[in-house]
Amino acid sequence: MPETMIEAHGLTKSYGKPSDPVRVLDGLGLQVPRGEVFALLGPNGAGKTTTVRILATLTTADSGTARVAGFDVVADRHRVRRAISLTGQFAAVDATQTGEENLRMTARLTGLSRSHAKHRAAELLERFGLTEAARRQVRTYSGGMRRRLDLAAGLVGSPEPGVFFLDEPTTGLDPRSRRELWQVVRDLADGGATVLLTTQYLEEADRLADHIAVLNGGRAVAEGSPETLKARFPGHRLDLVLTGREAYLRLAARAVHHSPGTLTLGLPTDGTAAHARALLDEIDPHRTDVERFSVHSASLDDVFLALTGETAEEAAGETTGETTEPTEEPTHV
Amino acid sequence: MSDAPGVLTHAAVMTGRSLRISRRNLDAMITAMMLPIMLMLIFVYFFGGAIETGTAYDSYVMYVVPGVLLLCAGFGSATTAVAVSEDMKGGIIDRLRSLDVGGAPVLAGHVVASTVRNLVSTTLVFGVALLIGFRPAASLGGWLAVAGVLLAYIVALSWISAAIGLLARTPEAAGGFTFFMSFLPYPSSAFVPVDSMPGWLHGFADHQPITPAIEALRGLLLAQPVGNAPWIALAWAAGILAVAIGLSGVLFRIRTA
Repeated sequence: MPETMIEAHGLTKSYGKPSDPVRVLDGLGLQVPRGEVFALLGPNGAGKTTTVRILATLTTADSGTARVAGFDVVADRHRVRRAISLTGQFAAVDATQTGEENLRMTARLTGLSRSHAKHRAAELLERFGLTEAARRQVRTYSGGMRRRLDLAAGLVGSPEPGVFFLDEPTTGLDPRSRRELWQVVRDLADGGATVLLTTQYLEEADRLADHIAVLNGGRAVAEGSPETLKARFPGHRLDLVLTGREAYLRLAARAVHHSPGTLTLGLPTDGTAAHARALLDEIDPHRTDVERFSVHSASLDDVFLALTGETAEEAAGETTGETTEPTEEPTHV
Repeated sequence: MSDAPGVLTHAAVMTGRSLRISRRNLDAMITAMMLPIMLMLIFVYFFGGAIETGTAYDSYVMYVVPGVLLLCAGFGSATTAVAVSEDMKGGIIDRLRSLDVGGAPVLAGHVVASTVRNLVSTTLVFGVALLIGFRPAASLGGWLAVAGVLLAYIVALSWISAAIGLLARTPEAAGGFTFFMSFLPYPSSAFVPVDSMPGWLHGFADHQPITPAIEALRGLLLAQPVGNAPWIALAWAAGILAVAIGLSGVLFRIRTA
């Protein structure tokens, strides 16, 4: 087995009319070593799904090359298909078949005999906590159960530890189901699998991935371990409303977020009470400069605005004097 | 790791899947069966008395049953278009392709399941026809020929329906398209003799694919001379099937590009 399980160089892809093409991928490259969990993080339209579809041989790039498990995704696509398992954005299980029937069917399609397929289906149902629901039609399943079954179906025929493509595995799931699915991905990773997952959620990438590539406009605008990326942009911010202009100017240099109109500054914090308390004591020892404060958790938009200068201007659109615009409700303390 | 399974294994598994799903979509199945039966009852009891079909037939029911059988095949295969379209729309097709299942086995699974569904519903329609006074006089050879012509049309219509399922962007549109197919028996000799239609329609009605099938079925069932109608019908079915298979191959490649 090769050391680099997934690698891509200079992938480009455009959709639409030749006269008016929409460029979805613009020279994307990535490398995923064996056993790593790699997250493609980006908003809708960043090119995440297209990347997964190219790597999983479902579509071809206009230019560039990609190899998965050592095989070229175009010339050797049949071998690639035998080596990977794919779970797409849309559930790929039949609602009017039972969970067990779906898995047995998938197992049969990968070439297992009837008895092996039955055995494998039972094994996966057990592993994904679906044994009790095995004989119920999938349309009675919750969203989370459906996703787990979908993941199991993707797993049925691939050799383990394999290569997994999970396209937005938790989109649309409630928090509990999301956590359950995270555990599934961690278990896969513990078993030595190579996982490429796409997500719109910074938190998800942070919790699961060894390595994150932030995708925007069809290219990787930032890449690194979660720690590296977080160091470049803090996950939390302590937003302070100051009592006067003097205090604002004194602290402005330390801030990552400025809003002079409202005398608000955002300072990096790890979000813990200890740090927030220490920070407040440090910057305002006389307890006169800070009027109010709130903890703001970084949203994906914040990361983008921080990581991509030009995007920030486009996204901000207007000159409000703010460098970042909080898009999620700040957590009031 | 197991050996890569062949196209036949894939087709067999996909057929099993389609049959299981059809069995559970009972409402679609019942609709596909009830419509032709209700149409048959309407034509026989409401309109039949007023339709002049010539002296060769003891009653209108003897005239209309072959047309109803084909109408039934049209309705039944229409569900194939919707099923194929749903597979293409959802994640199913991506999963199947990532399992290296080709387009042919996927469509073949739908077509075989559609054929089985149609054979069941045709048998039922036939049963009702017998109850309301249809009295066939076919010989053994005639029965075999009837079965052959019906089977050929069911397979051909199912496959063209699968191609429509690939062509339509949504399952709703796929359902709408197949309406035209179900409409074909009307401008033919299915319900009224072509002679009774306006002259400009004769050319179409005499030469469209449904007419030779109806002439063949009617002649064979009632043990009347059929000439070469069964052969023309089979040629039409073979032609439709060839076009449908070729077309669906191209469409599948386009849709999954």
